[in-house]
Amino acid sequence: MKQIEKNIKAYEDNFTTMVPTGFVKFFRTCVIWQAIRFIIINIKMLLVVRKSH
Amino acid sequence: MAKVVIMGGGVSGHTTATFLKKWVGDDHDVIVVTPNSQWNWIPSNIWVGVGEMKKKDVVFDLAPVYAKAGIDYRQAKAVSIHPEGKEASEKPFITIEYTEKGKEGQTEEVEYDYLVNATGPKLNFDATPGLGNGNGQLGPNTVSVCTADHAVHANEELEKIFEKAKTQKQKIVVGTGHGMCTCQGAAFEYIFNIEHEANKAGVRDNVDIQWISNESFIGDFGIGGLHIKRGMYAASSKLFAESLYAERGIKWTIGAHVSKVEKGKLEYEQLDGTTGEMEFDFAMLIPPFAGVGLKAYNKAGDDITGDLFNPAGFLKVDANYAAGAYENWKASDWPKTYQNPTYSNIFAVGIAFAPPHLISKPMSSPNGTPINPTPPRTGMPSGIIGKTVAHSIYDLLTKGEGAELHKASMAEMGAACVASAGKGLFTGTAAALTVYPVVPDFEKYPGLGRDLNYTFGEIGLAGHWIKHTLHHMFLWKAQLKPGWTLIPE
Repeated sequence: MKQIEKNIKAYEDNFTTMVPTGFVKFFRTCVIWQAIRFIIINIKMLLVVRKSH
Repeated sequence: MAKVVIMGGGVSGHTTATFLKKWVGDDHDVIVVTPNSQWNWIPSNIWVGVGEMKKKDVVFDLAPVYAKAGIDYRQAKAVSIHPEGKEASEKPFITIEYTEKGKEGQTEEVEYDYLVNATGPKLNFDATPGLGNGNGQLGPNTVSVCTADHAVHANEELEKIFEKAKTQKQKIVVGTGHGMCTCQGAAFEYIFNIEHEANKAGVRDNVDIQWISNESFIGDFGIGGLHIKRGMYAASSKLFAESLYAERGIKWTIGAHVSKVEKGKLEYEQLDGTTGEMEFDFAMLIPPFAGVGLKAYNKAGDDITGDLFNPAGFLKVDANYAAGAYENWKASDWPKTYQNPTYSNIFAVGIAFAPPHLISKPMSSPNGTPINPTPPRTGMPSGIIGKTVAHSIYDLLTKGEGAELHKASMAEMGAACVASAGKGLFTGTAAALTVYPVVPDFEKYPGLGRDLNYTFGEIGLAGHWIKHTLHHMFLWKAQLKPGWTLIPE
C-alpha cells in the first residue's frame, strides 16, 4: 500500500484507475502460486494456438 | 524444378522458407534473399536494451542454418520485381543487390516461379524530423530497440542515465515517435523493464519515467484494445494497462503524434489539437513502419509499383481495400490467402502485406493529423501466415495451379502475447495475453468483438517464465534443431 500512497495523487490521471493491493502483488511473485498459473496459462495459450492453426 | 524466391528472412519469411524446403526437399529450389547475415529474435531485444541479455543471446548466423536446410541463401536486398519478365524472356524475376561482405553493391537477376514478399518493415525514422538522421537511419537524439544493434546502443545510453541518476534527477521518455506507429507492445515492455532495472539499480527515486503514445487509450495496442474476464467482469485492457502504469508510478500522455525531436526535447500534437513539449535525458521512441521501397516493372519496363503496392509500400493481397469508413469495416475485409490479385504467383507475409485498413478506430486531430495505431502483423500471426503460404505454394507445386490455397485470416486466428514487465527468475513479471480473434469480429461476437473464452490476460512471474521459455524455444526452432517442426508458430 506504500507504493499506492507514493504514486497516486488525487485528481491526477492515475487517480481514476484501479491499483493492486499488497495481496495481489504478493501472489504475482509467489513461486508456488505462479507455478500453478504457469501450467494453467500454458494450457490456455495452447488452446488458442490450436484454434488458430 | 521450380524456383521459389522468398524476399526477407525474418519471422514470417524464415517460417515460409524452412517449412517449404522441408516439404519439397530436392524437388524444387527455395531461395532466400535477405540483406541480413543474422536472424534476430526481436521480442528479446528489450532485454538487450536494459542489459539483461547480450546481442549474441538474441541472434544467430543464417548461413549455416540455410546450408543445413538446403536453402539457397543470398545475402542481398531485393530492389525490384519484374512479374512479367522482360523483353527477352517471359520468366518473372527480381533484381537484388548484395550486402554480403566482399560482394557489396553487386547486382543480379533472380528468376522465380513463385515469389514471397516477406521483407518486413522499413523503420521509417525520417518520418518525424529529428527522429532519424536524414538518411533513413536512427538519429542521434533518441534510441531504439527495433534491432539488436539498436538495443545494444540503447543499453549503453541507459547505463549512462542510471549512473547520472545516482546524484541527480533524470527524465526518461518511452513510446511511439509518430502518430502512425505500430508496435506499442515493444515500447510497453521496454518502459516497464527500465522501471524494473531502475529499482534494481537503486536509482528509481531519481528517475522520472514518462510514456507517450499514439493510442487513443492505453491498452489499445493497435488492435482496438481487448476485454478479458477478471473477477466476474469482462474488463477492458485500458483498465489493466492504466493500473500497471499507476502501480509503477509511470505518467502517460496518449493520443499523441510526436512531430519533432531535438536533443533533449520533443514536440507533440494531441487528438484534441493541443500541442506540447516534453524534455528528456533519454528517449526510446518506436518509429513508424513503411514498406522497404521495392519497385515493380512490367514487361515493357514501365513502373507498376503503384499497382502492386499500396502507397505505404506494402504489397496488395486478397484483402478488401475498398471498405471505406470505419462503420463499414468487416472481419471479412482481411486477407485469407495473401495472394496478389494481379499476379497469382506472388504472395506477401508478415508486415509486408498491405492490410485493408486499421484495426483501431481511425482518429485525427482538428488539424487533420492522423493519430492512431496502425495494425500489428508481427509475432504469432506472422508465423502462422508464413506457414500457411508455404502450405499453399507446396500444394501449387505438387497438385498444379488449380490447387486450393490455404487460408489464415487475422480475423479468424488468435494470438498469444507475453509482454515483459521486468526480468528476473523470481522477481520478474510479464503480462501473458491471448486474444481471439486478432481482428475483432463484431458480427460474430457482437459488443466486444472477441470470444471471451479465448481472450484472457494476467500479470505475474509465470508470464515471465513463459516469455523466457519462448525465447529459447523460438531460437531453437529457427535454428532447425531437432524437433523444430513440433514447436508451433
